[in-house]
Amino acid sequence: MAINVDKDKCIGCESCIAVCPTGALTMDAGKAIINQDSCVVCGACISECPVEAISKKEVTREVSNNEGSDIWVMVELEEGKPMGVSFELLSVAQELSKKANEKCCAVLIAGDAGSIPQELIAAGADKVYVVSGAEYADYNNELYTNAFCELANEYKPNAVLFGATVDGRDLAPRVAARLHTGLCADCTALDITDSKIVEWTRPALGGNILATIICDEHRPQMGSVRPKVFKGLEPDASRTGEVVNYQVKNAITPKVTIVKKENLTSGNGIKIEDAEVICCGGRGMGDLDKFKVLEELAALFENSAVAGSRAAVDESWISHVSQVGQSGKTVAPKVYFVLGVSGAIQHLAGMKDADVVIAINKDANAPIFSVAQYGIVGDANVILPKLIAKIKAYKEA
Amino acid sequence: MNIIVCVKQVPDTEKVKLNPETNTLIRDGVENIMNPYDAQALETALILKDATGANVKVVSMGPEQAKDVLKDAIALGADEAVLLSDRVFAGSDTLATSIALANAIKAAGEYDLILCGKQAIDGDTAQVGPEIAELLGIPQVTCAMKVAFEDGKFLVERENESTAQTLAVAGPVLVTVTRAEKEPRFASIKGKMKARKTEIPVLTGADVAVDEKTVGLAGSPTKVVKVFTPQVAKIESEIINEEDADKAVDMLVEKLVGAQIITR
Repeated sequence: MAINVDKDKCIGCESCIAVCPTGALTMDAGKAIINQDSCVVCGACISECPVEAISKKEVTREVSNNEGSDIWVMVELEEGKPMGVSFELLSVAQELSKKANEKCCAVLIAGDAGSIPQELIAAGADKVYVVSGAEYADYNNELYTNAFCELANEYKPNAVLFGATVDGRDLAPRVAARLHTGLCADCTALDITDSKIVEWTRPALGGNILATIICDEHRPQMGSVRPKVFKGLEPDASRTGEVVNYQVKNAITPKVTIVKKENLTSGNGIKIEDAEVICCGGRGMGDLDKFKVLEELAALFENSAVAGSRAAVDESWISHVSQVGQSGKTVAPKVYFVLGVSGAIQHLAGMKDADVVIAINKDANAPIFSVAQYGIVGDANVILPKLIAKIKAYKEA
Repeated sequence: MNIIVCVKQVPDTEKVKLNPETNTLIRDGVENIMNPYDAQALETALILKDATGANVKVVSMGPEQAKDVLKDAIALGADEAVLLSDRVFAGSDTLATSIALANAIKAAGEYDLILCGKQAIDGDTAQVGPEIAELLGIPQVTCAMKVAFEDGKFLVERENESTAQTLAVAGPVLVTVTRAEKEPRFASIKGKMKARKTEIPVLTGADVAVDEKTVGLAGSPTKVVKVFTPQVAKIESEIINEEDADKAVDMLVEKLVGAQIITR
């Protein structure tokens, strides 16, 4: 179970060395050699090698379980309503299920299901599995894992999609470990083969590379999907579907309890993931007072919010609920003003789907300019007040 | 109180850059570091140690060179460290990694709290923590911003997209950490000297009674079938490089009005 380089075939082009994420490949006397201690057997070098000198020894695995049908979506609620990502997932699941000739199913675990099942059917679900009861009103890892795994063991899905949200990524790995199956985190592209194997594509190494992953010998195939990458379907009230109310058989008492809970708001109450215009500041803003000036810029636009890079959050200039990037949120606003943010790949991962990016940064070589349609090379703190004044003047003229 | 902290040695991905011409990774000068979220988990453990006198044991899985981050942890104040290292683990996905680490933790003795970083910055999966918790059959709390110990229970503060919560749970429990209550400390001279003298024990799969079929490539349900560099779409870019800030702003506003981004 290792990667091997065929020295006779290797032409010494070094292209494998450039793609190795762990630096396991080096050159020795004009041939690539591999340090097995640092190699993680990711296979990046195999597809890169132009002369097929690199190969992986196949391993025989124990097939544990590969029966299952239908593509499931775990619905996540926020204040009693499905989150946007749940509709995005239903749209993807519908596409995959059509291709595989399977059903698109939603799993709803809720305090009170109300009319949500109908809403999910209108958004693309052919079937909705409902588990409801007062104990499910707030997300609890133990209760939700227990209910979900019972459902999965009973109805055996082919694949399950979770939203790559904080709670989605809390639940999915727990479920995957209990069902002893594979899980792909934070996917940004999905496809399905003729033999109903889902191809999960996800960024790795801070978004520097993309990897396509399969889980062909275990069911269900599981993955979490990054919010805002896909678009939900337009609700169609004429769609019909089946609702299955499920009673959990093995009730449990959770060990973790909520002792306090409060709603988080970001400034004017508009969440960055919902805002159409985002004004994002980074380390280059200098200090909290200067950072606050971004609020004046945001105030000039409807449905706007102030956000921050990881550096701004680390400086406590803004709450991490308003953080954009790999370790924060993914946003796709119409307009993204970005000031004093150099644009590390982790930041770009969180905002590259914005329609228009307007960057202001001192460093003309900052990577943020590579994703910006408009921009000014200059000190954000000098430019920002002038920009606010100028926009005000235009609006009032 | 016994605390186990799981740490991973990772390449400093923030320093990895893309060569825009060849679209390949520039790795020159990229060092290996302790995963930053694991450093937050370690600090969380050390804060609890300061408050309760807990024993802090650090566990890592990786090649021989991962001893470096374990020595760093000792220098910062951890009491013990152990490295799990074996070729049978190569190619492990998150489930196989969790099986290996869960076995190492079982072999490490009694514990009240296991702390992990919320995710590692090389893989960014955030899965190994919860999977270890499931394999050990203990509850989990992810993405903690603060962990305190009061009246026999751990109080964990966490946030999701819309709410801030405080959760209470008695040990043993596994908590993944986004941020410690305060900035991670620096190593003292005394700590560094202790680290230099500490021999890090290395355990193999056999030492922790791992079934070889459940780890490494053979034990990994997921398989990487393709790795590629993202295609960055070239965009039309109008970047103003003008010394006079007023002029620059005038030019930008004109463009934004033209594009109907700014409207009356």
